[in-house]
Amino acid sequence: MDVELKIQRFDPEKDTAPHWETYRVPVEPMDRVLDVLTRAKELLDGSITFRRSCAHGVCGSDALLINGRNRLACKVRVEQLGKSISVAPLPGLPVVKDLVVDMDEFFGKYRSVLPFLVADEPEGTGERLQSQEQRDVYDDTTKCILCAACTSSCPSFWAQPEYVGPAAIVNAHRFIFDSRDQGAEERLDILSNEDGVWRCRTTFNCVDACPRGINITKAILEVSTAIGSRG
Amino acid sequence: MSSALHAEAGQIDVDAIVVGAGGAGLWAALELAREGIPTAVLTKLYPTRSHTGAAQGGVCAALGNVEEDHWEWHMFDTIKGGDYLTDQDAAEVLAREAIPAVIELERMGLPFNRTPDGKIDQRRFGGHTRNYGEGPVRRSCYAADRTGHMILQTLYQQCIKAGVKFYDEYHVVDLLFEGGSADQGGRCSGVVGYKIADGSLHVLRAKAVLLATGGYGRAWRVTSNAHSLAGDGMALAWRHGVPLMDMEFYQFHPTGIVGIGILLSEAARGEGGYLLNGEGKRFMETYAPKLMELAPRDMISRAMYQEIRAGRGIDGKDYVYLDVRHLGRKVIEEKLPDITDFARVYQGVEPISEPVPVQPTAHYAMGGVPTNLETEVLANAAGGVVPGLFAAGEVACVSVHGANRLGTNSLVDLLVFGKRAGKRMAEICKTTTAPKHVAGAERAIRDEMLALSTRPEGVRPAEIRRALADVMMEGVGVYRDETLLTNAVKEIQRLKGEYQRVRVEDTGSVFNTDLLEARELGYLLDASEATAVSALARKESRGAHSREDYPERDDEKYLAHTLVWRGADEAPATKIDYKPVTITKFEPKPRVY
Repeated sequence: MDVELKIQRFDPEKDTAPHWETYRVPVEPMDRVLDVLTRAKELLDGSITFRRSCAHGVCGSDALLINGRNRLACKVRVEQLGKSISVAPLPGLPVVKDLVVDMDEFFGKYRSVLPFLVADEPEGTGERLQSQEQRDVYDDTTKCILCAACTSSCPSFWAQPEYVGPAAIVNAHRFIFDSRDQGAEERLDILSNEDGVWRCRTTFNCVDACPRGINITKAILEVSTAIGSRG
Repeated sequence: MSSALHAEAGQIDVDAIVVGAGGAGLWAALELAREGIPTAVLTKLYPTRSHTGAAQGGVCAALGNVEEDHWEWHMFDTIKGGDYLTDQDAAEVLAREAIPAVIELERMGLPFNRTPDGKIDQRRFGGHTRNYGEGPVRRSCYAADRTGHMILQTLYQQCIKAGVKFYDEYHVVDLLFEGGSADQGGRCSGVVGYKIADGSLHVLRAKAVLLATGGYGRAWRVTSNAHSLAGDGMALAWRHGVPLMDMEFYQFHPTGIVGIGILLSEAARGEGGYLLNGEGKRFMETYAPKLMELAPRDMISRAMYQEIRAGRGIDGKDYVYLDVRHLGRKVIEEKLPDITDFARVYQGVEPISEPVPVQPTAHYAMGGVPTNLETEVLANAAGGVVPGLFAAGEVACVSVHGANRLGTNSLVDLLVFGKRAGKRMAEICKTTTAPKHVAGAERAIRDEMLALSTRPEGVRPAEIRRALADVMMEGVGVYRDETLLTNAVKEIQRLKGEYQRVRVEDTGSVFNTDLLEARELGYLLDASEATAVSALARKESRGAHSREDYPERDDEKYLAHTLVWRGADEAPATKIDYKPVTITKFEPKPRVY
């Protein structure tokens, strides 16, 4: 079987604007979009450019706009899409080349929310205790792979690129609700400013986009509630 | 189009360089930051994309949180699991230091699953036993089935906190030496990095360089490894006169998704999953009556091949079943969520109600760049070190895994030896002088890359890569013999010849993945050659190296590590030497489970 693969192409050394190119690519029944992209690059045009690494949904390299939705190319099977596949870079992020976007700003926002355990008590010799129930409170947000599918699907982010975005809030949530952490106040301060959580309009695009099934909107609401309850 | 390769190379001076940002590289960087050593971490990905993040089941440490355990038992299991090729001093370091490493990870914030009294929870894993082999023990500390993901995230978070300087998406394309190459007594003095975003070259000088680049599973057709795992660090070291050690020992993990090789963690069997043949029988009964499905991976992969060969695959085909149905929905969804998702997404199978088809998948290099216990790279069998060069994690061979690695010990290895690397490099940085500036240090690699990117016609990299993957799968797989290996060595040599004509289609400077994949293919060819040549020379069966023409272990001749050197220019590798195994506590015995 063949599929029609449309790729948004842009080479900054040649092009002034992105354009679409169409390839006819042979596919096998269990193929994923990443397999199809790889085959197009190997057989048809070596200059087709995209990021990929683990190829099974845990490294977060290949988040793309696939048939109009943000997905990981390695987690979408061709049979779920039909005979026509369109692939474009994640929306709202600067395009470097073809399907590759500049992730520096995205990671900058991640770093801005203190995404690390803050626990300044003197070094003990043993492990800290935490009940399984305490751990369950933030389990969901530990799954994030920083693929940017959520942030780049968010209309608030498209309208206001300064918005810290769902991915950064997810990673702040992961620590704010960890019983071992002492940095919640500082993080809530950061997230309560004008480019913080209040920009969320609960459109649930992020939840739909997340390849890890994280309930992102719920996490954002929990953070907003924590800010609100500080008075 | 004028390539950015022509531009003058950037110059960066630091004290330490870490190549690769998986678990080993990140922990080394963290130690260097703690010591105040100016350090550059170069990764061809973003750090959180590293393959450490794909590790699922857990990290073993004899905490004894849920039942009695001792590091001596972990040490013994590691040695026996490695079929006595493991260096026992290294296994002792691994098993002892696993305990503080796991505790430190918890203190860094790693969200381990917990026992009812709030301690780090532990579960069973293949080959890990109580009281020197009596039966399975709960030793694997875990965070659901995404332990590697949490280790990678936690270490990266701590690196951000410590202000580590990352060069994201810089591909290291060469190592620099002064005073000759590694085999001439030279000192490693830095690296040449290629900035993927714009195609520019950068010379980074340092007193200490760590290779933490991972393995090379992409040499095989069916593999659990990321596309990025092409043996970069092994090949770069090999090209500068460093030998590679024990390359013939390559692990096939028993439970890969049929056809594509994505891993279904051993945690499935740790939680009590069965392996069933076409007759619905738990066939491990025949091969390892005591440990059954928790026998070491090499034994299970061989058992699966035996069953399949005897026509007892599922419907006579080349796979068997992994069955977790009896564990129930709660255990499957709570403790094995990711692999359940993999089975659903990639196979369309529902593990709660259906058995999952599995077959062995190329997974892990026990061999690699030889090092001592301080992660200093070795130049020869006598143990002389290559000044300035270090290696840790899968790229390295200490050797803690011997002829076969136990489950979770890859994570233990990168934690323990990543940390050791950082500490040792910090000491070296404090006591040595900076290498000299040499004009045009990048000239050799610049010429090589220009030649590769401007060749008007030739073969596509993918053609050679596919051919190599077939050669390795057929000739250097689970079972080997003289004919298969001789043919593999010859074929790899032929493909290396073809590689001289490889053509890159993308001639641009910005994000040229075509060029990088062609470079990676060159690394894969080198690592594959070292593997096949070492395998041909070892006329015995031990651990993951299983020769049908020499089915027995031969301690008289081969209780030794293989060292193989690269041939001069593009000549075949022929220089091989053997390094004695360090035995401290446990005399080699037959390996029965």
